[in-house]
Amino acid sequence: MSDLSAAQAATAGEPGAAVEGASGSTRSLWGDVRYELSRSPVFWVSGVLVLVILLMAFFPQLFASTSPNSRGACPLQQARVAPTWEHPFGYTSAGCDMWASLVWGTGKSVILAVLVVAGIVIIGVVTGTAAGWFGGFTDTIVSRITDIFFGLPFILGAIVFLAIFPTRNIWTISLVLTIFGWTSMTRVMRGSVIATKQRDFVDAARALGATDLFIIRKHILANSIAPVIVLATIALGSIISAEATLTVLGVGYQRPTVSWGLLVADGQNLALAGFWHLLVYPCAFIVVTVLAFIMLGDVLRDALDPRSR
Amino acid sequence: MTTDTTRAQEPLPVDDDDVVLTVRDVKKYFPLTQGIVFKRTIGHVKAVDGVSFQLHKGETLGIVGESGCGKSTLGRLLMGLEAPTEGSIRLLGHEMAGLKPSQMRALRRDIQIVLQDPYSSLDPRMTVGDIVGEPFDIHPQALEGRERRKVVQELLDVVGLNPDHVNRYPHQFSGGQRQRIGIARALSLKPKVIVCDEPVSALDVSVQAQVVNLFERLQDEFGLSYVFIAHDLSVVRHISDRVMVMYLGKTMEIGNEDQIYGEPTHPYTQALLSAVPVPDPRMKGRRDHIVLEGDVPSPANPPSGCRFRTRCWKAEDICAQEEPLLQIREKADHPSACHFAQPREIIRAIDEPEGQDA
Amino acid sequence: MTDTKPDVTAGPAKSPLRNVAFDPSAPLLEVEDLAVEFHTRDGVARAVNGVSFSLSEGETLGILGESGCGKSVTAQAIMGILDTPPARIAGGEVRYRGVDLLSMDEKLRRHVRANKIAMIFQDALSSLNPVFTVGWQLAESFRVHQGADRKQAKQRAVEMLDLVGIPAAKNRVDDFPHQFSGGMRQRVMIAMALSLKPDVIIADEPTTALDVTVQAQVMQLLADLQQEMRLGLILITHDMGVVADVADKICVMYAGNAVEQADVYQTYESPAHPYTRALLESIPRVDQKGQELTVIKGLPPALVNPPPGCLFHPRCTFARDRCKVEAPPLYPVPGGRASACHYWEEVMAK
Repeated sequence: MSDLSAAQAATAGEPGAAVEGASGSTRSLWGDVRYELSRSPVFWVSGVLVLVILLMAFFPQLFASTSPNSRGACPLQQARVAPTWEHPFGYTSAGCDMWASLVWGTGKSVILAVLVVAGIVIIGVVTGTAAGWFGGFTDTIVSRITDIFFGLPFILGAIVFLAIFPTRNIWTISLVLTIFGWTSMTRVMRGSVIATKQRDFVDAARALGATDLFIIRKHILANSIAPVIVLATIALGSIISAEATLTVLGVGYQRPTVSWGLLVADGQNLALAGFWHLLVYPCAFIVVTVLAFIMLGDVLRDALDPRSR
Repeated sequence: MTTDTTRAQEPLPVDDDDVVLTVRDVKKYFPLTQGIVFKRTIGHVKAVDGVSFQLHKGETLGIVGESGCGKSTLGRLLMGLEAPTEGSIRLLGHEMAGLKPSQMRALRRDIQIVLQDPYSSLDPRMTVGDIVGEPFDIHPQALEGRERRKVVQELLDVVGLNPDHVNRYPHQFSGGQRQRIGIARALSLKPKVIVCDEPVSALDVSVQAQVVNLFERLQDEFGLSYVFIAHDLSVVRHISDRVMVMYLGKTMEIGNEDQIYGEPTHPYTQALLSAVPVPDPRMKGRRDHIVLEGDVPSPANPPSGCRFRTRCWKAEDICAQEEPLLQIREKADHPSACHFAQPREIIRAIDEPEGQDA
Repeated sequence: MTDTKPDVTAGPAKSPLRNVAFDPSAPLLEVEDLAVEFHTRDGVARAVNGVSFSLSEGETLGILGESGCGKSVTAQAIMGILDTPPARIAGGEVRYRGVDLLSMDEKLRRHVRANKIAMIFQDALSSLNPVFTVGWQLAESFRVHQGADRKQAKQRAVEMLDLVGIPAAKNRVDDFPHQFSGGMRQRVMIAMALSLKPDVIIADEPTTALDVTVQAQVMQLLADLQQEMRLGLILITHDMGVVADVADKICVMYAGNAVEQADVYQTYESPAHPYTRALLESIPRVDQKGQELTVIKGLPPALVNPPPGCLFHPRCTFARDRCKVEAPPLYPVPGGRASACHYWEEVMAK
């Protein structure tokens, strides 16, 4: 233990004394994390952004009263109208209000990402824990399967898979992205479980006669989950970006769905013809959203870093 | 006290009521493998290679040796954290090998372990109360109708911690206090034997005394028997009744405190004792100064015959040809594994309470 | 190696140190009132609080203390390897042959530290670069600082390995650090430390991670080399046994302060500070049959906003009211010693 950390960890007094937390009360490790996060401006900015984005995804009516999907919302004569001071976002090539389209399209991207991340976390935690805890044959099987999936080229594979489905909606696209995304979660969880397994308190639990399941439930999961949380947060950002890519390539959401990717695809075709707002606004939404998740994940990673525990 | 004799062919001495743990010819070999998909075994690391001893009720057996001697592996074998490759371990008359998991679990109530590292032996995400109470999650019957929270608080009190701190987390305690928490956890099932694997090595000098005293007090209070594994000969002398010296997986010498420290017969023990630093500058140049040549050989490839012969100043041809058995040799009254065992005083004990003046 | 010590004020013609006015009659190393602070989230911790000592040629100083006492930080401050921030040298001087390193020009200071003072750490495995051979790492200092060519540098590397007792040095020079045992690695570290012929070696817990028999070998080696090369050795440790064997004089540290300074016999036979006394009474000795160990109750103090008075008083059996309010200075004690205790006479008389 360094001189300094030893000094910080002690108070004078009887052997029974323990260290008081900064506020004088008991302080768990999660409490430590919360404290450190609360002092990071990046956390607040990205956290608020993420909250707003999630709200927009689940409750778009809070941000734009008329859905572009509702009857009569998109009169054709407004197609591609450029931004003005009254309507700073302008209109899409379908004649819908750009702001409303972007707001109501949030869910398509973000809820899809949530679905995918939920899926890969579940698969990753289960397979990663199995591989890391049992090792041996189980680990070999899981690792080789992981390797195979890692070897599949993402864009190519996603295009091929998605082309199979006649209708591509949030469920089919999530399925495909989950298939391509679970491997990194498994790897991370496996590594984390292997590291946790070596720690002495696992031996102590085994010495007490605990079963494998007991140890996994009580000790392994909580101590190994931190890197998964970080990766999940960042993955939310990358899945949104991936879905947008696929949609622009034509194998994601299909028209007339209101989605960011489709708006970008439209804008791509027409931007050079002078309709810059068709491209810039959808891109901005995507970039800001992805950035928010990635920054949040980064800040979480620093706060959860075991070396500062 | 019965002396230890260990010839593999001899019948096992009948367990007195007094004997809590009998270890007979226990071996643990770890395979060395090569190959990625199909692993071939190309050799073995012979971590423990035929160790035998008995532990009596209320006694402390110290096991000393340097790195690679197998003492930690032996500790894990005693705890059932590893299965022996060969040999028998009998706890309170019950043979550990071949037990069903549920039987083994029941047996674990009688033998517990205190580990070395106070920072990793406690789950940082659990409160101290949960940690000390975990044994009762696994063995609810051990509560015997008592209220769990009360029992946990009593345990904290017994080891000298404040019972009000049940809801605190390990990182809020110092190293010495964490070790106490580990000890409280080990005591919760009321075991008969506690295996202590280097329990004070990671602690500051001034804290070591606190924890060592605690071990002694608990032993008196609860009639515990200890297997005390350590590399620090001074601490081992202080707490042990009998001491076993290990080298490269084998026992070199075993005897009581006076025999091992006062008249060691095995050259390795003598070298160890001459190397232990003594906090007394007047001892400079006054002790037999044995400096061993060379390095400890690899446990995957131990020397033939006597394992210590590559570093031993007494080595002769016979040492390479014939492995010396652990037995009582002439001129000594405790077993030693050396063809040329001879008592030699390395440390002269000072018996006075203050201990400062020669 | 039978080189005589070069006159330190001369040195190779191109050495930037040739114009520095070193005083050959001054002690090798003199630390005066060194203070180091750490700026932490909870406040400013005074890790080293006005420590002074000196070291002469051929002398061994043992800095004794437990974790958190500031002994390692002191060494790191002398060597200039503290992380600043969060650390900050808050005062004092570190004089090499009369010239203060802390107020020296940065370039010159680095030169002195590279060539005149060397450090050995506890864990050789993490101090040596695992991806380069031992020979390469040793040779590097010859190539960089002495302008030797590859062949010469390798030759000198082999010589150094031989000097520290590595058998078959010529064969082992191309091995990697992990191929050596713990004791051998420590010897390699010593070889690296000695390669530029320093005057001072600071050894920070050099044998704590080693087995007892290997420890004896390494300490013997250090002692032999010190004699041969007339080095000054600072040994930092918590092991009172190792220090008794090797040191000429001792500085006991507690919570950032030097609480006792004396020669080694004085320290062990008649400690003048309650902490030293308590330490001696609390360690089990291999030449004593088991008695109850005297326990030092309590824990070391927090270094951030420390309580007033003597930092040891909550744990001290000699404490009086005065100790709670007045922090004791280092009182001189007859015999060329010092003790930071108001009641040192009482402590010695017991």
